[in-house]
Amino acid sequence: MTTTDVNKLDASQTKQMILYAGEKIRENKPLLTKVDSAIGDGDHGIGMSVGFEKVEENLKDKEFTTINDIFKTTGMSMVQSMGGASGVIFGTMFLGGVKSLDAKSELDISTLAEIFSASLEAIKQRGKAGLGDKTMIDALEPAVNGLKESASDSATLLEALKKAEDNAAEGVENSKKYIAKFGRAKSLGERAIGNQDAGATSVWIIFKSMREWVEQLNK
Amino acid sequence: MKKVINNPGDVVEEMLEGIMRAHQNSFQKIDGVNGIVKKQLKDKVAVVTGGGSGHEPLFFGVVGDGLADGVAIGNVFAAPTPNTVQEVAKTVDSGKGVLFIYGNYAGDVLNFDMAAELLEFEDIQTTTVKVTDDVASAPVERQEDRRGIAGDIFVIKVAGAAAEKGLSLEEVTAVTQKANNHTYSIGVALSPGTIPDSGEPTFTLADDEIELGMGIHGEPGMERTKLMPADELTKQLMEKLLNESKLTSGEEVSVLINGLGSTTLMELFIVNRKVAQILDEKGIGIHDMDVNNYCTTQEMGGFSISLLKLDDELKAYYDAPAKAPYYKK
Repeated sequence: MTTTDVNKLDASQTKQMILYAGEKIRENKPLLTKVDSAIGDGDHGIGMSVGFEKVEENLKDKEFTTINDIFKTTGMSMVQSMGGASGVIFGTMFLGGVKSLDAKSELDISTLAEIFSASLEAIKQRGKAGLGDKTMIDALEPAVNGLKESASDSATLLEALKKAEDNAAEGVENSKKYIAKFGRAKSLGERAIGNQDAGATSVWIIFKSMREWVEQLNK
Repeated sequence: MKKVINNPGDVVEEMLEGIMRAHQNSFQKIDGVNGIVKKQLKDKVAVVTGGGSGHEPLFFGVVGDGLADGVAIGNVFAAPTPNTVQEVAKTVDSGKGVLFIYGNYAGDVLNFDMAAELLEFEDIQTTTVKVTDDVASAPVERQEDRRGIAGDIFVIKVAGAAAEKGLSLEEVTAVTQKANNHTYSIGVALSPGTIPDSGEPTFTLADDEIELGMGIHGEPGMERTKLMPADELTKQLMEKLLNESKLTSGEEVSVLINGLGSTTLMELFIVNRKVAQILDEKGIGIHDMDVNNYCTTQEMGGFSISLLKLDDELKAYYDAPAKAPYYKK
């Protein structure tokens, strides 16, 4: 750890980091469409792009004083624009975490772990899915575990996000082994094996881009 | 696939503009969301339906008298957002509650449920009936997991008539649930539809292949087989439906032959003829036969057969007058 490493993001930096993640999701629209078309109905990339376009519209020119408001605006933008299962689920990934969080003006590792850990619980409750059901939880749960471990190991923010990214990537790989229990891939049964889940892929892209953004900040 | 569109991202919005111009005397559009409701609302239980776009004339086509009071419209093949459902429900509620009716898909369930939670805060009472008519989509032990296809029409028809009669929310919900439990459908796919945004087909089938029981978004069905004559195909589909519905001689049904987009009325009537022959042979009474394109998937080829098993109560609601842009009785 060098002294230049950033371990806390202020509201403006948090906003920039989420905007960057949105950019990356939109860049990956063809990949997400391809992954989803293999076993779903192929609209995941379209939906996620619509959602993050709305996020950009609602975040970009607005000043935020709390992290809570940024996450809330991000989640609401997705819920209100996307529709489909992903709208509610990915909206909850940002909304669910700040629902009962005290107002924070900075985002550090423990806050990040706290937010996504609460989000994960909210998503599980809403979608009634668990690990191994071939959903975005297959990437989110290990990513959250990575954040929590990093928080208790007093890792740097970058290390924590790197761990979350790696765990999410592993989760995407693992999702290939599962039979889908939800969504349109469910009726495929065994035929879904070998294909990764599109939602899990999005989770991985989100953590990967947050890591990239913090990495650039450290440079 | 050639499509008459402008920017693929604008298809839903531009379609809605066209719908509103065509039906401006009977429809009102809700500002800010893709929701349409009847202009003349009544003091009764409200019926709200909805789902992804791309299946026209469902669901907007059944907004009218004796049918649905409002519709929440999603992006192409994607469920409408919770706030769309919420705004539609708020507009049509007369204080007597709102019944949600939609096909049983994960996205629709999540968004309508979230809307129901939000409406609770505003003291608007809601109930839900998920349409689960597609017998090919899950075995009978997991009936509640089945998807909703063209049978939506029967369920919405009964709900609309029961609401019109002035029944309470609880009563309308009960008879609507019964209509769903009495509706059995099965489809066959000949060729895919395409998503306007990606231009990609929703599935692929060889030129001489069909898939029995395939879902309206290309969800896998029971069996992929070679194309066969209409009578043989209809016989196979009816066998499955009669098994499921346990219909026996002396009972009565309403029949819906629903085209999926590009299958012609000529073909649908050929199927209808065979369905009638089979029901006649079994001694099952035919109360009504509706041959139409209600639940389509863009230019998808194929059709579905739906049977509504009637009793006196359901028959009365089925026969009640109704008037919407794409449904009249």
